Amino acid sequence: MAVSTRSVISVAGVRKTYGQTVAVDEVSFEVRDVEIFGLIGPNGAGKTTTMECVEGIRKPDRGSISVLGLDPFRDVYQLQDRIGVQLQQAHLQKRIKVWEAVHLWASLYKKPVSHGERLLEQLGLADKRNAWFMTLSGGQQQRLFIALALINDPEVVFLDELTTGLDPQARRAIWELVRGIRARGKTVFMTTHLMEEAERLCDRVAIIEHGRIIDVDSPQGLVDKHCPDRSVVLTTEAPLAEERFRALRSVTDVTRDATRFTIHGRGDGFITEVIQCLAEHQMRVDSFRTEQPTLEDVFLRLTGHSIRD
Amino acid sequence: MRGLFQLTWLEIKIFLREPLGAIGTLFVPVAVFLVVGRAMNRGTGTPRTPGGLEFMQTGLPVMVSVFMAISAVISLVTIISIYREGGILKRLRATPLRPYTILSAHVLAKLLFTAVTLTMMILAGRRFYPAGLQAPVISFAFALLLSTLAILSIGFVIASVVRTARFAQPVSAIVFYPMLGLSGLFVPVEALPSGLQWVAKLLPMTYVVSLLSGIWTGEPWSAHLGDLAALAIAGAIFVAISARVFRWE
Repeated sequence: MAVSTRSVISVAGVRKTYGQTVAVDEVSFEVRDVEIFGLIGPNGAGKTTTMECVEGIRKPDRGSISVLGLDPFRDVYQLQDRIGVQLQQAHLQKRIKVWEAVHLWASLYKKPVSHGERLLEQLGLADKRNAWFMTLSGGQQQRLFIALALINDPEVVFLDELTTGLDPQARRAIWELVRGIRARGKTVFMTTHLMEEAERLCDRVAIIEHGRIIDVDSPQGLVDKHCPDRSVVLTTEAPLAEERFRALRSVTDVTRDATRFTIHGRGDGFITEVIQCLAEHQMRVDSFRTEQPTLEDVFLRLTGHSIRD
Repeated sequence: MRGLFQLTWLEIKIFLREPLGAIGTLFVPVAVFLVVGRAMNRGTGTPRTPGGLEFMQTGLPVMVSVFMAISAVISLVTIISIYREGGILKRLRATPLRPYTILSAHVLAKLLFTAVTLTMMILAGRRFYPAGLQAPVISFAFALLLSTLAILSIGFVIASVVRTARFAQPVSAIVFYPMLGLSGLFVPVEALPSGLQWVAKLLPMTYVVSLLSGIWTGEPWSAHLGDLAALAIAGAIFVAISARVFRWE
């Protein structure tokens, strides 16, 4: 993937309230060209509001947004030709056929119908051409929405909670499709409350909570910054094991449950040090695994609670 | 108006795929017209009861037409509510479709169904009581479409105020059917107590009934300018209200 730093979306100081409720406040971030950018946070954190302001569906009370150099609210119709949108919890008419939706969308964007038909094929919906929307499974509906979001060959694609309610298999299939969108040189701006999804799919993520952005970086960058601790879990019956682990420079703590040790440490050399120590003292090890913190841990560290609460 | 005709055509097809709705809209009014008409004249061309001829020739067609208009409005309110609740309106709006194009497509579809049903009713009427129907069909069709448009504007206000699809239908029925009682359809407005006459004069349905009965019986349009003005004012007021309070999600 080509590394680019050109900003496709820039959001600065955006605030949006609904009556007394402040949905988002002081939200600022940039989305770069040809990246998958994820806005992550629990339900109600302000993800959809932020995305809909960027799409031009809502007008922020304060702050400025630029998408492809356009003001999304003022230039909404100009922008619509250049972006593709998948909305959270949207539906189509129950009895609209798949091909009818695709043809309608194609005509609205003045694109040839053949392009839509090709998308149906690429997204595995060709055999559902004549099916009514209401008869599609959740995964098929989402694939149709992806097809509709791509029909105008957009430069930026917005995907809001794309895999919510899908089973793990359908979810993985959708992830592949999203990577495929980036591979075609398009920028993807997505929201999710699934940390695993963000970790596997996004080049960079912004963590949002209570309407505020807490931090923005690559998933690995966030983990390294906020949760630098690693741990090694191993079982050994070697004598003096605990003392030897504790003596290592990068080790911060060791806990023990009979012959099972959990060694906590930080720094690049931590795991190498543990392995060297094992080799040096010829300790017999029956099991060994390392534990990496995840975005889930980062979220917990930054907000003080789990994203599932 | 990009997409208006595609969307209208699509909404027509989608509506016809729901068998109950399609039958209710297209065929029930014709069936009522035929069944009631035949019950009254037993196919002999001479009505059984005094006043029956007048009812068959004017009352019944006007009544069926008014019901057609009301059922079109209730159906529109229901569809809009369902579309809003399901996020369909929101999805359509996030396309190059302009908001008014989405709503116009539904209005056009409803007017078309009304025109088709009216045509079937008149053809059936010609077939079954040759002597009974000499109405100016084109004028009447035009009057009915105008009337439907005027009360559709009330429908939009209902669709704006009632948030859930479950209540859309009963609320519209409660708004429209009682209005009929005072509209002059069953009892002439002049025969009502004076207080109710005042109420009747405030209700758009009264002007709908007056316009339709008049045009059906061959009165000139010029005799009904008042009705047209009243309906135009009502339509403008309700469209203005719904433009302010309509919600897309």
